[in-house]
Amino acid sequence: MADDAFLRIEGVSKTFGSFQAVRDVSLSVSRGEIFALLGGSGCGKTTLLRMLAGFEKPSTGRIYLDGKDMAGVPPWERPVHMMFQSYALFPHMTVEANIAYGLKHEAISKTDRAARVREMLDLVQLTPFAARKPHQISGGQRQRVALARALARQPKLLLLDEPLAALDKKLREHTQFELMSIQERTGVTFIVVTHDQEEAMTLADRIAVMDRGEVRQVGSPTEIYEFPTNRFVASFIGSITSFEAEVRGRTDGLLRLHIPDFGTEVLARDVPSVGEGQKVTLALRPEKIVISKLPAPGTNAVEGVVKDLAYFGKDSLYRITLPSGALVQAHAVNARRGDEGARVADWDDRVWLSFDPASAIVLEA
Amino acid sequence: MAALKAWFDRRGWADLIVGLPYLWLVLFFLLPFLIVVAMSVATKTPTAPPFSFGGEHPWINFDGYARIFGDALYVRAFLISLGNAALATVFCLLIGYPMALALTRVSRSWRNILLMLVILPFWTSFLLRVYAWMGLMGKSSWFNTGLTDLWNWVVPIDWAVKSIPMMHSNFAVILVMVYTYLPFMILPLYASLERLDPTLDEAALDLGSRPWQVFLDVTLPQSIPGIIAGGLLVFIPAAGELVIPTLVGDAASPMIGRVISDQFSQARDWPMASSVAVALLAIMVIPTMAYNHYQARAEGLK
Repeated sequence: MADDAFLRIEGVSKTFGSFQAVRDVSLSVSRGEIFALLGGSGCGKTTLLRMLAGFEKPSTGRIYLDGKDMAGVPPWERPVHMMFQSYALFPHMTVEANIAYGLKHEAISKTDRAARVREMLDLVQLTPFAARKPHQISGGQRQRVALARALARQPKLLLLDEPLAALDKKLREHTQFELMSIQERTGVTFIVVTHDQEEAMTLADRIAVMDRGEVRQVGSPTEIYEFPTNRFVASFIGSITSFEAEVRGRTDGLLRLHIPDFGTEVLARDVPSVGEGQKVTLALRPEKIVISKLPAPGTNAVEGVVKDLAYFGKDSLYRITLPSGALVQAHAVNARRGDEGARVADWDDRVWLSFDPASAIVLEA
Repeated sequence: MAALKAWFDRRGWADLIVGLPYLWLVLFFLLPFLIVVAMSVATKTPTAPPFSFGGEHPWINFDGYARIFGDALYVRAFLISLGNAALATVFCLLIGYPMALALTRVSRSWRNILLMLVILPFWTSFLLRVYAWMGLMGKSSWFNTGLTDLWNWVVPIDWAVKSIPMMHSNFAVILVMVYTYLPFMILPLYASLERLDPTLDEAALDLGSRPWQVFLDVTLPQSIPGIIAGGLLVFIPAAGELVIPTLVGDAASPMIGRVISDQFSQARDWPMASSVAVALLAIMVIPTMAYNHYQARAEGLK
């Protein structure tokens, strides 16, 4: 990767006893980026974050921040601050004292310190609550105190451990945008650990999807969602329906696949690395499938019967049985207002499913 | 059935269960205490029991209380008691705090073993343990000769001693009190330290504090309730301690428990002994009330 990377993680592994929490992770993050580590519990994302903060030592590998090797630098000397999942506010200190805590180690004058605290209180809109103790404010306010406390020392890198997990849904959406705007204003590089794909997709410029200690794919939210490189990423982000497929050849720059469940061949976006006769997986996102009651034109179409449908308001999820017995999930936007009659299809209707070759995901693994 | 259920559900039962401990306290604390208070204002007589109210004596006699302030012996005994108790409390805190903190930092299986070791001395009779210390501190014990040899080896020849005079001194009293009351300091401290969230320590480290600063800024302030609870549990019984000063103490500087006991049994001056006991209780109530006030304030904030 580029040498000008602000944070460079090189071949980092971490073993606890016989358990390998992080396996050979290499990542680079640019200055001012919001980078998300996304994965389920036990995928190693938190261990990686703790290694960045200095709470854990990598078993092997190196971490460079702004060109400086972080090995042997204790947490209190790292220009890296963390916003803990539980916020870890000091219960015996006021909001103001919590925010000022990190500044007492900085060689700045009392007036500068007070000014910085005021600026931080202002940034997170907590000035009226400065004299309160953490248990006297709401969860959302506590989260903002934790953010202000971590930002007060103007870190080079801010680590956020599940920053929104403890908030309810309404507050979460609001806070998400607030986090992004604060990041923009301060220009601090953010590393966000989350298990919530939506959180990662909306917050992050780039995402590293982790599974069992390994990074499975790194890319922008669009890349991760639209162009997953393996089955794990494809199924972890959003939902997919996947089919076994065999490569039959190439036509007009598209890959020709035989899908046993369809009983026909379909066309898909070409993946240069696959060869004829290779077994691959065809993955389809529900919203990329068009449902219609009329036979669809083109090759990428298959007939089925609506087995189930779930109405969510703005859209509906259909589960359609193919003649082979396979189930396909498809989304349809409820563009027209109306009662049941306005729907694309109903229970037990015979429908045609079709998709654009460009939308079909071909996975080797 | 319904009648039976109603009978069981009656509020009276709840009142009874709540009331029983209070009844116990009234019978075995409040009533005896009131008797002591009454005796403290009686007059000493050569009868049995050796006090009386009224008759040729005044109904209420404050001579005992007056003597506490008038007689230097009592003032001195109070000061020695409070001083010894305070020193014992400070040493218990200095020894107990690191032990309690260590208990919260070791693995769970070690923690249980170490906690067990803290409580284990209670399985042996208290008197036996004091006698064991008397044996250790005696002039001819291996403990004393070992310390003497060490002392003579370290200090210049002019300061050499035959043995270290440990027995029958305030030093011995404080040493044995620290040994005896240490678990009462460790256990409440452990209970309050164990509740602390370890991520707060990490947060402080992360914000630039070195480990010792984390201790001063985060751990210590949050463990103040434990320090106060442990301090009271050591200070109050230590101030009224009778057995330890009697067995290992210096007869020339008696503690107040010894004075009360002597007045009751040897001088047979029950009113005087009761006056001292009431005065001691009054002195002890002050720090307890201060603690309760602190507790109430801390809980009121939550």
